[in-house]
Amino acid sequence: MLNQIFAVTALNLRSLGGRLGSSLVIVIGIAGVVGVLTALLAMSKGFESTLGNTGRDDRAIVLRGGSSAELNSGLSSDNVQAIKDTRGESGTLTSSAEMIVITEFASKARGGSFNVTLRAVEQTGFDIRPEFRIVDGRKFEPGLQEVIVGKDALASFEGVSIGSNMRFRGGDWEVVGVFETGDSHDSELWADLATAQTAFGRTGTSSVLVQLESADGFDAFASALKEDPRVNVDVKRERDYYSGQSGQFKRLIGILAGVVGVIMGLGALFAALNTMYAAVSTRTTEIATLRAIGFGSMAVVVSVVAEAVALALLGGVIGAAVSWLLFNGYTASTLGQGFTQVAFEFQVTPDLMLLGLIMALILGFLGGLLPAIRAARLPVTVALRGA
Amino acid sequence: MSETLIQCRALSKTYTRGPEKIEVLQQLDLDIPKGDFVALMGPSGSGKTTLLNLIGGLDNPSSGEIRIGDKRIDQLSSKALAAWRAEHVGFVFQFYNLMPVLTAARNVELPLLLTALSAGDRKRRVEVALKLVGLADRAGHKPNELSGGQEQRVAIARAIVADPTLLVCDEPTGDLDRKTADEILSLLQTLNTELGKTIVMVTHDPKAAEYAKRTLHLDKGQLVDEPGA
Amino acid sequence: MKYFRLVLSQLFAKKTRTILTMLSLLMAFLLFGLLQAVNVAFNRGTSIEGASRIVTQARVSFTSALPLRLLPQIEAVDGIEAVMYQQWFGAYYQEPNRQMVAFAVDPRRLRQVITEWELPSEQWDAFANTRTGMIVGKTLADQYDWKVGDKVPLSSNIWPQSDGNMSWALDVVGIFDSSDPATQPQLAYLNFDYFDEERQFGKGGAGIYVSRLGDPKDAERVSKEIDQMFQNSTDETKSQSEQEFNLNFVRQLGDINLIVSSILGAVFFTILLLTGNTMAQSVRERIPQLAVLKTLGFTDGTVQMLVLAESFVLIGIGALLGMAVATVLGMGMVGFLGGSGSVVNLQVWAYALVSVIVLSLLVGLPPAWRARRLKIVDALAGR
Repeated sequence: MLNQIFAVTALNLRSLGGRLGSSLVIVIGIAGVVGVLTALLAMSKGFESTLGNTGRDDRAIVLRGGSSAELNSGLSSDNVQAIKDTRGESGTLTSSAEMIVITEFASKARGGSFNVTLRAVEQTGFDIRPEFRIVDGRKFEPGLQEVIVGKDALASFEGVSIGSNMRFRGGDWEVVGVFETGDSHDSELWADLATAQTAFGRTGTSSVLVQLESADGFDAFASALKEDPRVNVDVKRERDYYSGQSGQFKRLIGILAGVVGVIMGLGALFAALNTMYAAVSTRTTEIATLRAIGFGSMAVVVSVVAEAVALALLGGVIGAAVSWLLFNGYTASTLGQGFTQVAFEFQVTPDLMLLGLIMALILGFLGGLLPAIRAARLPVTVALRGA
Repeated sequence: MSETLIQCRALSKTYTRGPEKIEVLQQLDLDIPKGDFVALMGPSGSGKTTLLNLIGGLDNPSSGEIRIGDKRIDQLSSKALAAWRAEHVGFVFQFYNLMPVLTAARNVELPLLLTALSAGDRKRRVEVALKLVGLADRAGHKPNELSGGQEQRVAIARAIVADPTLLVCDEPTGDLDRKTADEILSLLQTLNTELGKTIVMVTHDPKAAEYAKRTLHLDKGQLVDEPGA
Repeated sequence: MKYFRLVLSQLFAKKTRTILTMLSLLMAFLLFGLLQAVNVAFNRGTSIEGASRIVTQARVSFTSALPLRLLPQIEAVDGIEAVMYQQWFGAYYQEPNRQMVAFAVDPRRLRQVITEWELPSEQWDAFANTRTGMIVGKTLADQYDWKVGDKVPLSSNIWPQSDGNMSWALDVVGIFDSSDPATQPQLAYLNFDYFDEERQFGKGGAGIYVSRLGDPKDAERVSKEIDQMFQNSTDETKSQSEQEFNLNFVRQLGDINLIVSSILGAVFFTILLLTGNTMAQSVRERIPQLAVLKTLGFTDGTVQMLVLAESFVLIGIGALLGMAVATVLGMGMVGFLGGSGSVVNLQVWAYALVSVIVLSLLVGLPPAWRARRLKIVDALAGR
């Protein structure tokens, strides 16, 4: 049985050269589907991982109760003080009260203005974020209308390079440095809290970021705040807060990838069927001759399916490889939960490529099966005469 | 003798195969009167099919003249030749060359698509032609539902439907058994005698040639009096 | 036209192959229709010229509220018929993920500016005279089965009442529809006076201003005039047409155009190859038949046209089916992207037609050229 299969398959593959044109249809058809699908999922993956990388388990973010996002949240200065007073097991905790303001900047690559987060932080904001570093210029001076810009924001928007002036509420702010945190904050602008509060006419803040004693200290801290009658707040681990934001985008891309994948997949399946029906019909006599000699119909079926799967896998590999070459590390940006732009890199990961190959395998199998069955069912005598 | 329909003068056809030049027809002169039925015989490579193609306007000669009726066709452009063929020549081939996807009637109708006839007129003429070849009841059949003899009848119907003066047949019975071949040849004979079609037929079968009014022998690109002479 | 049957029957000579190719084309154009529709929706007209309404927001961003005190100054600008202001309420109903669009507005000003909302006069009056009144768009009301007279607790994720409560008890006093069938009103308005008195912070903030112009030609001048008025103040403004303002909103989601073009590029490259292969193969098999047509008197040009027509019909039928399916599916997307009928509108169909023509030529020309060049004598002799 196995010998038969090998013999017939080898025969088929040897004649592949003569059918190069139509065989390429399978390869390219499936490469197209796998390439597009891998790229779409890589986009979703990249966004998820950027937000997933933002924040740590041993920091907590405190928002006004029911506000769910920093943008909607507002804490009065009394509230901020009450939060800052909440103690850990061994004393006071370091914390940074932060205010966000949405600003608008023109995109370098696309027309129109885009929302960018301006985050006003206390000096402690730097202390509790060891991942923060200045990559160019310097930090802003407290009390001065100075801004530092995240490296992704620098790359994406007009008028945010060092030395430029930004106008907020009738006042000029100078860009004095570029920073990197390696996460979604790289798409933000940062300024001094007190200065920004004055300029924007606010007394409260949007959130308070608290350095816990350890990741395990979260529950105690959260329940302490919950029991505090002076405040009505939501407390989340910083990492959970940011990870939770990728959900909507992931769902949207998931729907898009699903629709595109199903439609393109069907298109490629029809193309594969087309090629394999043609391949089988040009070899009707050959197949019938084999069967007349005594080869079983199973050998014929397996050999046709094997050919389709081999071509489909080749297409899958090409599609995944092209997608990796073109898109791995490609930077894009979209609207985050805070209603501002978050830059992220496409990530064409091995598991995505594997997923693409599995899809190729399934399409190849289905595309080969029906023609194979037709070939195997054809009565030998009819097939021989049909030459 | 009635008027001359086909007049060939110093007709030559040369093919180039790589460095070699092959002279298929050499300085050939030929006259065929209107209403004649000529069988062209000769060994393979003698140039009979080439001569037939030239007479039928499928190919241009390397040199020499062909006059059909009062028209020189040896210098016509491919477009003018196509229009001329549509009007004046009907073709019958050894392997029938019907369109496999069209019914007998639609096959016969093909040449009429090139005329200004209305759909109704086309339909009537197709019916007449099919009736003439005895296949009125097979109009709706596709070629693969017909026997070889029937297919050739459809091909003949297609050849005469536009009412050409000249029928050009290349081995019309080459793929048929004796009995069927005789039927086809009788049909051609009838078209010649009753409808006055001039027929030029290439054949290698002496029995087929007997149906013609006269037989011409071709050897090495020239007309000879007797085969092998 | 008399050749049409000939073209069709030639096309379906190999049924399996033609139908499978058409199905692939169907899928390609289905995707084309849907994605182009998204693209068109996201790139709708952006010119300020001819804008009948202007949105004025804080220059920093539309999320920063402009103060109420700008109202008289804006109202005084020549060319403005009526001005309203609206504050984003951040509304959700019962569950935080059931968000909805709701604004706090002055009812009388709303009625003057957004003229396409259709509401009985007594309901307009009820809205103006009921402190806790709310009017709801028909689509939204249907969604939650709200009726006039219902008491609806609407929660805000931004605005607490002075007692800290985030839930606002509102009375549905009217349900409005749109005179423009392209818009499905899926939003709600509540009374600004009540909202402003009760909210814990932010009092005196009007949100954004929307001005209706007497003459759309004034749009550019009025926008400039408003923005110049507040230049260098703490309340710098940015005015733009309502369409531009809305467009900016969706554009921020990402470079839709790039994603769509990339996917369609891959799809069309694949379909070009597939259909090209089918056509080439089909002509190759029919060389002798094409030669016979020429023998019968069909000119080179006619035979070439027949092959081209075949390519056009093949792609045309596939595209027609695909676009038809896309149009039907597009009806379901209207609520999401806006527009009327189907999001797969005439503009998308026009794009599809252009694609069909280009694709047909790319696919059909090589085999058509081959058919044209075909020598009868060679083809009949099997050379």
